[in-house]
Amino acid sequence: MSYKLQFAELLPYWNVLLYGLVFTIVLTIVSTVVGIAVGTAGAAARTFGPGWLGRIVAVYVELIRNTPFIVQLFFIFFGLPALGLKLSETIAAFLAMVINLGAYSTEIIRAGIEAVPKGHIEAGLSLAMSKWEVLRHIVLNQAFRKIYPALSSQIIIVMLGSAVVSQISAEDLTYAANYVASRNFRNFEVYLLVALGYLLLAMLTRSLLRALGRVIFKAR
Amino acid sequence: MSLVSIRDVRKSFGPNEVLKGVSLDIAKGDVVAIIGRSGSGKSTLLRCINGLETYQSGSIVADGIEVAGANTNLRELRRHVGMVFQQFNLFPHLTAAENVMLAPTVVNKVSKAEARATAAEVLAKVGLSEKMDAYPSELSGGQQQRVAIARSLAMRPKVLLCDEITSALDPELVNEVLRVVEQLAREGMTLILVTHEMRFARDVGTKLVFMHHGKVHEEGVPKEVFAAPRTPELQQFVGQVG
Repeated sequence: MSYKLQFAELLPYWNVLLYGLVFTIVLTIVSTVVGIAVGTAGAAARTFGPGWLGRIVAVYVELIRNTPFIVQLFFIFFGLPALGLKLSETIAAFLAMVINLGAYSTEIIRAGIEAVPKGHIEAGLSLAMSKWEVLRHIVLNQAFRKIYPALSSQIIIVMLGSAVVSQISAEDLTYAANYVASRNFRNFEVYLLVALGYLLLAMLTRSLLRALGRVIFKAR
Repeated sequence: MSLVSIRDVRKSFGPNEVLKGVSLDIAKGDVVAIIGRSGSGKSTLLRCINGLETYQSGSIVADGIEVAGANTNLRELRRHVGMVFQQFNLFPHLTAAENVMLAPTVVNKVSKAEARATAAEVLAKVGLSEKMDAYPSELSGGQQQRVAIARSLAMRPKVLLCDEITSALDPELVNEVLRVVEQLAREGMTLILVTHEMRFARDVGTKLVFMHHGKVHEEGVPKEVFAAPRTPELQQFVGQVG
């Protein structure tokens, strides 16, 4: 057991690794923003929308939550071309991430909406507000306040899970690690470094989300 | 011409019929106190008037709008029929003033400044001028309920429905809310209250309605009805709660 760490051999690939890191960060931010938008719409449809729409959303949510992410990704990237829908690996990665987080956040946000006392909704309706105005001005704010920690965790899970997109050659941090290791065979060093990168990224995201939460929900 | 006209309304929850043909006429300026045991249908009746509950047959016309009509504009109806609840139902993420301002800005598209002026006026009316920027969690139950009343008043309703608005309050906080309601009554606001405050019903009410088993069992001028209840059920009820 006398392995000599050779981190210097990673230096020539710093730009590859940095690109991967940035890709992962951008992928996480975009899929978080769009995914939560999808989740909000989905949760609204399931709680305030017509029954038929709620059932469609329910099918979507169950389909995504009960299948592996990598299968969803492969289906989009390798499967859809059979239907004539050919996507680049980058687009496929973003799409798969949004669809995945959209389903999970639908359920999380729905739980938040259902935790808002029914009386608040009735009070809003009694003030002549429409269902959608009640949702927007009264329910969603309270719902997000309640589920913010759960949603934050899900964002981190999705960020770490994004490593899977390297399997379709989307050029994220894990893809960069694979690339470097296949060239200089310094597997130990490169995966150690990348693991550290994800660790720092996760911790950073967590504190950022916490700070953001304090700003958004400062009142009360 | 009555402001609210209720004709033979029937309402069931599943097999359980809670309103068994209720008829009632309420004129402008009336202060109607609805009393009765729990489960007699009082709250359900009140909730039917602003469309929070639907009913199976009969009709309710409030301010000229048929509540359960096929094309009823519930939004238009509720602009004229306010409601205050037992549990206050203030929006916890908004201050007292913001609670009051929300509906005028969202529904009536009034400017923020104008809405705030209205909020100041109605909050002063309920004696809470100094609490405009307090959050509900910083207010006592009685204060919260007064904000809830102010919130309804900001929409300038023609009728105010009050659903056991003092039942969730500590006894020492009941009077501050009742005083506000009494003041509204004096100013000529039409009020329909489901209440357990018999003294208030007798002193402030212009009309008393005793509900029993989903029907209006007895109604009349409060002082007269309380002094000489005609039916044994009301005699017994007054004996128990009075």
